[in-house]
Amino acid sequence: MPSNCFKSLLVAAFSFFSTFFFNNAFSQGEGVHKDGKKGFNAKEVIFGHVLNNHDFHLIDIVEDNGEKRPVSIPLPVILYSKQRGLEAFMSSNFHHGEQNYRNYMMLTDEKIEELKLDATKYNAQDILAVNDKGEIDSSVRIYDVSLTRNVVQMLIALALFTRVMLAIAKKYKNGHGVTSAPKGSQSLLEPVITFVRDEVAKPNLGHSYEKYLPFLLTIFFFILINNIFGLIPGSANVTGNIAFTAVLGIISFVVILFSSDKHYWAHIFNPPGVPLGVKFILVPVEFISVFIKPFALIIRLFANMVAGHIIIICLISLIFIFGNMNKFAGWGTAPFSIAFTIFIYLIEVLVAFLQAFIFTMLTAVFIGQAIEGKQHQHNEKHEDSMLA
Amino acid sequence: MDLMTIMLSTPLGNAGGAVGAGLAAVGAGIGIGQIGKGAVEAIARQPEVANDIRANMILTAALVEGAALFAIIVGFLAMVL
Repeated sequence: MPSNCFKSLLVAAFSFFSTFFFNNAFSQGEGVHKDGKKGFNAKEVIFGHVLNNHDFHLIDIVEDNGEKRPVSIPLPVILYSKQRGLEAFMSSNFHHGEQNYRNYMMLTDEKIEELKLDATKYNAQDILAVNDKGEIDSSVRIYDVSLTRNVVQMLIALALFTRVMLAIAKKYKNGHGVTSAPKGSQSLLEPVITFVRDEVAKPNLGHSYEKYLPFLLTIFFFILINNIFGLIPGSANVTGNIAFTAVLGIISFVVILFSSDKHYWAHIFNPPGVPLGVKFILVPVEFISVFIKPFALIIRLFANMVAGHIIIICLISLIFIFGNMNKFAGWGTAPFSIAFTIFIYLIEVLVAFLQAFIFTMLTAVFIGQAIEGKQHQHNEKHEDSMLA
Repeated sequence: MDLMTIMLSTPLGNAGGAVGAGLAAVGAGIGIGQIGKGAVEAIARQPEVANDIRANMILTAALVEGAALFAIIVGFLAMVL
């Protein structure tokens, strides 16, 4: 009944606009921010976990007088600036941002508020140059190339991944699993590798799949192992870092570009079988899509991983947020929150595998689109020889 | 003080970001629900290709979810920037 639909729409619009003409009293939202410092600061916990840090923060020990003493594994800080040169030291010298060391200062959330810095430009764990009096020296531009949490965890994952893969490859080279049944770690990885070869590489890349198979397998296992490492409590969020996924996306983009040939670009700038008017719209869209496709890869992996981590931490933080208001509310929230968290954790394990697979599959699809021109040529040649 | 004045004095970026992310979740829910519907109906019609259909369903669901996550990231940027 279209008139019923229109009536409901009118009712909705009228109710919405009528709310503008009511006088209401709202409780102050600002006061909550100040209390958050003493109680549980959910924002600090969430961003402290999701962003990059200069140490592996393990736990906070609450001492008798209520002070929190963080326990963490410090990591090297390596800074380069033109005025001061290359400096390297351990991040424990900063004592979690309380002291300045060698005329460098590490920011914390409290310091950003104290010094009234622009919260969008400065984050916690940034390192700034200060002069002897402790004031910020903004003429010194620091390039922070430290071994932060993400870097160290990525290197550990890389070392483990390389060791496992080389061990399995040596087993195959010695002849185990080639003529006999695979044993041990071979039987763990062989189905996965054949899955990537048969479901991802061969359907999309056709005849030249062997050239790209090492790249696809590396991307798949590297993303997978970094995803899995990120799920361990207390670890860093490597794949949820836009810089990490951006590099992976750019590498895929470069591989796609280097495997494209003139047929690919001819199809983009001159799509066959398209009327002239549509071409004016289609050619810019096709050209932009060359860049948008790897960009979507980057954002997809980054957003999936970061969203998963934030959901898990938020659900656990709910316990502490409710616990601050009322102790029994905190205890009551705990079972539900933990049940939800376990559920989301299992979904995150699935998402870890899925995102690695999707990244690899889409890279294979895009490479397949880029090398398609050669396939058409080959097929045409075969057809001609058959006709003759 | 009426509603308009109060609304414009509070952090509107946070509210806008949250509303946008919620709408993105609605879109993702509808999209993936339709993918699931198509996949389950296809499996009901031809059970022996269930594995192929399942693989395609998961792939398509990941693509739709990627689009929804674009919107969530933009919502997040609305809050931060």
